[in-house]
Amino acid sequence: MTDQPVPLSAAPAGMRVTRPRLRRMALRAGLYAMLAGFAAFYLLPLFVMVTTSLKGLEEIQSGSLVALPREITFEAWSKAWSGTCTGIQCEGLRPFFWNSVAMAVPAVILSTLIGALNGYALSHWRFRGSNILFGAILFGCFLPFQVVLMPMARVLGLLGLAGSIPGLVLVHVVYGLGFTTLFFRNFYVTVPGELVRAAKIDGAGFFRIFASIFLPLSLPIVTVTVIWQFTNVWNDFLFGVSFSQAGSQPVTVALNNIVNSTTGVKEYNVDMAAAIIAGLPTLGVYVLAGKYFIRGLTAGAVKG
Amino acid sequence: MAPILEIRNLSKTFGETRILRDIHVAVDPGNFLVLVGPSGCGKSTLLNCIAGLEAPSGGHIRIGGRDMAGVNPKDRDIAMVFQSYALYPTMSVARNITFGMRVRGIDRAVQERKLAEVAEQLQIGHLLDRRPAQLSGGQRQRVAMGRALVRDPMLFLFDEPLSNLDAKLRVEMRTEIKRLHQQLGRTMVYVTHDQVEAMTLATHIMVMKDGAIQQLGTPAEIYRAPANIFVADFMGAPVMNLIPARLRRSGGEARLEIDRPGGTPIVFESTPLPGPLPDEVILGLRPEDITEAGRGGDGPSETVECRIDMVEPAGADTYVVSSLGGRPVTARLPPDTAAEPGAVLPLAFDLSRMSLFRPKTGERLN
Ligand SMILES: Nc1ncnc2c1ncn2[C@@H]1O[C@H](COP(=O)(O)OP(=O)(O)OP(=O)(O)O)[C@@H](O)[C@H]1O
Ligand SMILES: [Mg+2]
Repeated sequence: MTDQPVPLSAAPAGMRVTRPRLRRMALRAGLYAMLAGFAAFYLLPLFVMVTTSLKGLEEIQSGSLVALPREITFEAWSKAWSGTCTGIQCEGLRPFFWNSVAMAVPAVILSTLIGALNGYALSHWRFRGSNILFGAILFGCFLPFQVVLMPMARVLGLLGLAGSIPGLVLVHVVYGLGFTTLFFRNFYVTVPGELVRAAKIDGAGFFRIFASIFLPLSLPIVTVTVIWQFTNVWNDFLFGVSFSQAGSQPVTVALNNIVNSTTGVKEYNVDMAAAIIAGLPTLGVYVLAGKYFIRGLTAGAVKG
Repeated sequence: MAPILEIRNLSKTFGETRILRDIHVAVDPGNFLVLVGPSGCGKSTLLNCIAGLEAPSGGHIRIGGRDMAGVNPKDRDIAMVFQSYALYPTMSVARNITFGMRVRGIDRAVQERKLAEVAEQLQIGHLLDRRPAQLSGGQRQRVAMGRALVRDPMLFLFDEPLSNLDAKLRVEMRTEIKRLHQQLGRTMVYVTHDQVEAMTLATHIMVMKDGAIQQLGTPAEIYRAPANIFVADFMGAPVMNLIPARLRRSGGEARLEIDRPGGTPIVFESTPLPGPLPDEVILGLRPEDITEAGRGGDGPSETVECRIDMVEPAGADTYVVSSLGGRPVTARLPPDTAAEPGAVLPLAFDLSRMSLFRPKTGERLN
């Protein structure tokens, strides 16, 4: 390693390996072995899923679970995507995947935008009772899903949104607001109040200050919020199964139906392929923006 | 001439705490009022009330003769420079300066022209495309000034604009602000807790403490005739000597008497005291009013032999610390003085410039 201190003695470096150095190297090796072990432990299920999804059915029934596929076939993938049966319908995951997209994209955009506005108002336009309001919103983060099911069903019914994708969007926006508000408020309190004062004297109002000064600062926290919200909304099962009907089910519900309702032979390869397809978008979001996620969690708003 | 800024009976409370009380002041066109006082005394709060960023709890503010109750900051014809500069971090320097004009929807050509004017005036033309984070402290300061200057307002407000700069830059920018004031002839209100800044910039100084005005006057008045011990102690560097003294009365006349360590008390024989005075007073004398006897000082003065405790050369002057009435006393001597620690030196006290204070309340007596 380059950060090893250069020995000051006359002996040429590398010729003599001193005892403390030896011990350090042994520790290093042990550490890496342990990390590799953990990584393998966590990657094993993914490995099994991927290999199984690439095998044919006979091979699965005859071979070992962890063996590599003898012959790679993408049949299970195409069946999972567009052929397998979810209950009575046999169109694969595809329609439900697009349901999830139609639900998650607006839900993420709306909850992020409204959360940003909330956080901005709660941090820089304090009003009577704003702290109590923030406390109440925060409390919403800790409400278990199950508690809101019944009241939410009633509200959706009253609004005429029961069983529809817009209804699901509404549910996820409302439920996500607690978190998005919290994220943005905590980010915006680090913006100095003098900026807002200066802008007020410059003649800008509530929305102009938000759009011209706060939003351009917000990339790190927007990234965090989008990843958080997208992961939660996409992966949600309980709201999806409670508030959807045949045509509006999200991909998580469809996946459950595939796995649970196949009659006859269990098609493990199709199940695995379907599970991977259902999880792919969140994985993709994290791979694309994960770097900014870490950065956003630790960033202050205004540098210098 | 009607005053540009007029404040009557202003008060401000946050919840139960009184932050400002009984603020009365009028600032005439072209004047430079400095608000000075220790941290937390309410200077920023007062400035924010003038700007309309805080609503007063009582009293009136008029700007240009117009009552400001309920008037938005943007409609007050003011510009403000903040301590942290408050530059918009994601905008270039040019956009920082023109933001106000863009919000107001001012013609693009006019924006360009004014931007060029201000950039020229402040010599920041080469910085226009940079972001605030790419500027040094002094440059940020200039940009913040530029943003105020383009407004061309009736009243400029400054909240400790120089306090984040290092000493040398602070002196430079101070001169620059003074030059701008003379060039523009605009009315300015300036907050600082630096008394040198206050003395050098102000046409009028308002000294505040705990939300109340201690004294309002020209720098010379504040310096020569402080209204109380607080002002005397706060304004001037090194600080005014405040020496406990007694009155010795004989016949109809009174003389000042001061204790001296290990000696008989000093009596200032040849200086009769004015008016009725209490038996105990605090004598205030600036260091420059105590000099080496027999050198320069031609006015009437009293000479006292003093033991020197400390000699502090400061370049242009040498300060000599002795002790009287149980307090250190500083005298300002020429730099070539022969004074040495431990030696005894005759010092001339110019009592024609003295201030007398009542010990209990600190109020001025003469
Ligand atoms: N929003 C607020 N709520 C409650 N108290 C406040 C508020 N703003 C200021 N104060 C209090 O008012 C007092 C005066 O504050 P202000 O900022 O005006 O002081 P200052 O003279 O400008 O001090 P500094 O020199 O440190 O800037 C302080 O004691 C402060 O704690
Ligand atoms: Mg202040």
